[in-house]
Formats: sequence, structure tokens, C-alpha cells
Amino acid sequence: MSVIIFTEHSNGEIRKSSREALSYGSALAGRMGVSAEAVLLGTVSQDPSSLGIHGVSVVHHCADETLNTADTRRYTSIMAEIATACGSTVVIFPHSMNGKAVAPRLSARLKAGYVSGATRLPDVEKGFVVRRNVFSGKAFMDVLVQTPVSIISVNPNSFGILEGEGIAEVRPYHTSVGAGRVVVRETKKVTGQVPLGEAELVVSGGRGLKGPEHWGLVEDLAGLIGAATACSRAVADAHWRPHHEHVGQTGLAIAPNLYFAIGISGAIQHLAGVNRSKVIVVVNKDPEAPFFKAADYGIVGDAFEVMPRVIDAVRKLRKG
Amino acid sequence: MKILVCISRTPDTTAKIAFGDNNTKFVTDGVQWIINPYDEWYALVRAIMLKERDASTTIHLITVGGADVEPIIRKALALGGDEAFRVDMEPMDSYQVAVQIAQIAREGQYDLILTGKETIDSNGSAVGAMVAELLDMDMVSLATALEFEGSSAIVTREIEGGEEVAEIPLPLVISCQKGMAEARIPNMRGIMAARTKPLKVVPPVEVAPLTGLVSYTLPPARSGVRLVPADQPEELVRLLHEEARII
Ligand SMILES: Cc1cc2nc3c(=O)[nH]c(=O)nc-3n(C[C@H](O)[C@H](O)[C@H](O)COP(=O)(O)OP(=O)(O)OC[C@H]3O[C@@H](n4cnc5c(N)ncnc54)[C@H](O)[C@@H]3O)c2cc1C
Ligand SMILES: Nc1ncnc2c1ncn2[C@@H]1O[C@H](COP(=O)(O)O)[C@@H](O)[C@H]1O
Repeated sequence: MSVIIFTEHSNGEIRKSSREALSYGSALAGRMGVSAEAVLLGTVSQDPSSLGIHGVSVVHHCADETLNTADTRRYTSIMAEIATACGSTVVIFPHSMNGKAVAPRLSARLKAGYVSGATRLPDVEKGFVVRRNVFSGKAFMDVLVQTPVSIISVNPNSFGILEGEGIAEVRPYHTSVGAGRVVVRETKKVTGQVPLGEAELVVSGGRGLKGPEHWGLVEDLAGLIGAATACSRAVADAHWRPHHEHVGQTGLAIAPNLYFAIGISGAIQHLAGVNRSKVIVVVNKDPEAPFFKAADYGIVGDAFEVMPRVIDAVRKLRKG
Repeated sequence: MKILVCISRTPDTTAKIAFGDNNTKFVTDGVQWIINPYDEWYALVRAIMLKERDASTTIHLITVGGADVEPIIRKALALGGDEAFRVDMEPMDSYQVAVQIAQIAREGQYDLILTGKETIDSNGSAVGAMVAELLDMDMVSLATALEFEGSSAIVTREIEGGEEVAEIPLPLVISCQKGMAEARIPNMRGIMAARTKPLKVVPPVEVAPLTGLVSYTLPPARSGVRLVPADQPEELVRLLHEEARII
């Protein structure tokens, strides 16, 4: 019996959302009194035994370079193989782009109930009940898994990273699952930036900023505090900012610790993507802007006057 | 090319979310229903564009739901598509939906199965991948662009902080999001034509759900906004640093 955790890496580095999933899986294994084991596909730059700090006792490592590019069908087959070999009763994924594609496939493969985007640890007292987000962040749903094996993807930023002292035993894994039919032609990545979905701090701009030439106000603040940048859909539609920055109902749903919104009205569809943020700050010149109803802190004022002073104050804070 | 587009019904994006029956039922009084935006704007419109380019393309629509979802599937037919299936059941989880879609897909031998990125009510992002697995097909999730070269699809998908372009032979399941197409409005001719397009109601295949609903909860309300005067932006920074301890 074990909890196994699908562990992703990017350019050889273990991803933050996977560290959260490892921490979640280890905490759950602790509650269930079973072992927590990571599954690592592809080659990484660090020693996989270091994943032990997040509580896993074993890392099943398939150090095959062809696994560095994601083929979700192939990943599913390997996960199914390992889950079966380990007699796993729970399989954990990060709710990342690949996690979202592999976890449901594995669910259909193993006929194992899937809970997508869990926000906290399962309640194992009365069955296996897991809380997740529904209605685009406007409600939670408690789901009972009715099968012997459960599959869970963990929402980014919902469960902290636990770090201890442990060193995991690395078990090389040789898969019989061959290459698939997916040929990756090109990968375009914005490097050096925090991926929006994983970011703890996010600074975001709306149409109130009047044009892309004023995005320095967003970028300067983001740069100073180490935040990712985001925007409203109106802004992405106007091509002021790239589409992958658009948050909301039809964009990315995020749950950072800080969401700092400048010149965004706070339409319900925008809120749907950001209302799970822990602290929301709104700068808007209209006191009636709906965003203030969802905010924790706010300034009713002109962004072009307020933001340079906010940025200065943060700069001073950083220096002091 | 034969395309199957998966259409789901969701509450309008502005619908009030409330629960009854001991928090086990979504209260639908006064709720306006729409086609799930991802299914409509991206999956369906992309399929229609492919048909406009090549008239030999066939588009079938499928929805899994009770008789009350029929207006939605008719609306989808008004936008485009040749015929539709409604699998007559009230699904309990994504797996039950996927099994029904896979059953129809098996019989129809489609080259391409398109779904939305996720439903805006259940937010599972699960049905497409499950369908692909049940059919043992490849799947690309969160696609933002789709083209073809011979019998392969060239699909761009979102990855963390960027995009990936891959070449994959058909048949294929693709979940669609922003970038795939632009929203369209049905016109009068489409609405008239939709009335006579075939809508086949089919009985479901028997399958148990893998998960069940226990209850819904609404998130706690925020305690209210703390406003800082516009002439003291430094105070906001102090609060974020000292009180919220976030920067
Ligand atoms: C089905 C559907 C899905 C949608 N999905 C999304 C989504 O995913 N994400 C999304 O963002 N939107 C979405 N929308 C659109 C949404 O309804 C709004 O139209 C959009 O969010 C508005 O963007 P905005 O706040 O930047 O612009 P606006 O609504 O134009 O608001 C600009 C704000 O800036 C303020 N402002 C102006 N000048 C200044 C200044 N000098 N200083 C400070 N403040 C200023 C104004 O008071 C105003 O509140 C969706 C809509 C629909 C119908
Ligand atoms: N009841 C349904 N009938 C047909 N298609 C559905 C249904 N539910 C979900 N889908 C499709 O699967 C996609 C993902 O749904 P979900 O897994 O619920 O987020 C949707 O965007 C639809 O394309």
C-alpha cells in the first residue's frame, strides 16, 4: 500500500506545483499510515534522493531522456504500471497543465475515482472525501471517492510545501512503455519569469491603464516584489498583453497569496479567476467598481498618480 | 474529415450560486443556461471554420444530459454542425459522461473529437482526457491553435509559461481554449436550419459513477475592503508589509 506522487520538472528542476503535490501526498500517506513514493519521469539536474525532504521515502526514477517531453498517453501508461506494481491506493498529481491531462486518463484506465483540483487533504474518517473548487471558484464541493483507488490533482497554492530532513531511496525504474506518436516540434517559453499559475504574488492590469505603453507600472512593481504579471481579458483582446497572461473565467484561474489589480473593473468573469487569492488589492479610480466588494485593501484613485508612489515606497522598503 | 464536438450546458457566467436540499443541490431558479463558453467559442467554432474551409467535413455534436438541455444543443446547431446526439441521462460524474461520449465516438469513427478546456460549473477539465483513454487515442489538452499537414494535426498547446507545438497523427482528442477561434453569434438562417437538423436522443450505456457528491459549501465572505486614502499610497505598502505580511 502506498501513495504515489507524479513529480514534474522543467529544465531539470522540480516544479513548485510538484513540491506541493509531494508535500500533500506525504501528509496524506502519514494520515493513512502508508508510505509516500514519488514517480519521476525523465532526467533531472539534482539528486532525486533530495525529494525526501518533502516526506517521500522512495523515488521511482525512470531516467529516460525521451520522457523529458510530455506525451500524456505514454505518461499514463507508465503511471498505471507503477501504481499497479506498488499496490498504490492513492495517486497524486499537481493540477498543472500535464497533471490535468494525465490524471483523468489514469482515472479512466484504472477505473479509479478522480478528484480534480483538490484544495485540502482528504477526510479519511468517513470514507475518502475530498474538497475541490467548483463554479469557477464561487463554491466548494466535497466529493466521495467510491472506488478502491483514488486519484487527486492538487490545486496550486492550496497546500504549502513541507520541508524536512529526509533522504529518499532512489529506485531506478525501467519501463516497457515505448515512445508514442507525439512529435514535439517547438517549445516557446518565456524564461526567467514565474509561471503565472504557480506564482505566489501577482500584479495585474486592466483597461484602466489605457495602453501597453503604461505597463511599466505593473512590471516595475512585479519586478520589485518578485511577482508574475497578469491582465484582464479586455487587455489581452486588445493585444496589449499576451493571451497567456489573461486571468478569469475564460483565462487562467489562479490563487496566489497576493493579487494586486490596477485599473480592472472586477467583472464577475474576471473575479471567477482570481477570487481564491488570499489577499486582493485593488487600485481603481471608480469607487463603484465591483472589484472593491471582493478586495481586502484598496485605493480609490488614479493609477497614474497612485502607482508611482506605491512603487517608490516598495523600493524604499526593499532597500531599508 | 469527421468531427465530434462535445457540448455541455452551464449556468450563465453571472448566475448567482446558491444551494438547497441540505447543500446538495444547485438552485437553478432564475438561472440562465448557456453553452459552456469553451465548447462554443473554441471547440464548436473551430470545427465550423474547418468545415468552411473544406465542405466535405462532417460535424456531429454530442451532449450528455436530460431533456432540459435540448435548447442548448439546438442553439449549438444554430451556430453550425450537421446533426446532434443527446445521450439521455443525468450524469453524476465526469467518468459517466466520458463513457457515453466514447460509446457514440466508437460508432461514429471520428477523426477529431473536440471538447472545451473545462466546464465553468464543474471545472473538472477531465472529460476529454477520459474519452481519449477509453478510446485509446492521443489527446492534446488546452490547445490554442490547430492546423493540419496530411493526416497529422499540428497542435499548439499551453504549457506553464509558454506554448508547445506538436505534430500528432489523427485520430485525436483535443480540448480547446482561447486562441482556437473567435466567438460568433448565430444568425437567423442558422436558427431556422437548426430546427430541422437531426437531433437523436439515445439511451445511455449502463455505467456506475466513480465518485459521488457529498455537499457544496460557499466560501466565507471577505471581511470587507480596507480603503487607504489616494494621497497616502505609502500607507498601503506599509499595511501589506506589516499587517498582511505579504510583501
Ligand atoms: C462569457 C464571458 C467570459 C469572460 N471571461 C473573462 C475573463 O476570463 N477575464 C476577464 O478579465 N474578463 C472576462 N470577461 C470580460 C469581463 O466581463 C469584462 O469585460 C473585463 O474583465 C473588463 O476588463 P477591464 O476591467 O480591464 O476593463 P473595463 O471594464 O473597461 O474596466 C476598466 C477599469 O479601470 C478603471 N480605470 C480607468 N481609468 C483608471 C485610472 N486612470 N486609474 C485607475 N483606474 C482606472 C475604471 O474605473 C474601470 O473600472 C468575460 C465576459 C464574458 C461575457
Ligand atoms: N454533459 C456533457 N455532455 C457533453 N460534453 C460534455 C459534458 N460535460 C463535459 N463535456 C465536455 O468535456 C469538457 C470538459 O468538461 P469537464 O471535465 O467537466 O471540465 C467540456 O468543455 C465539454 O466539451
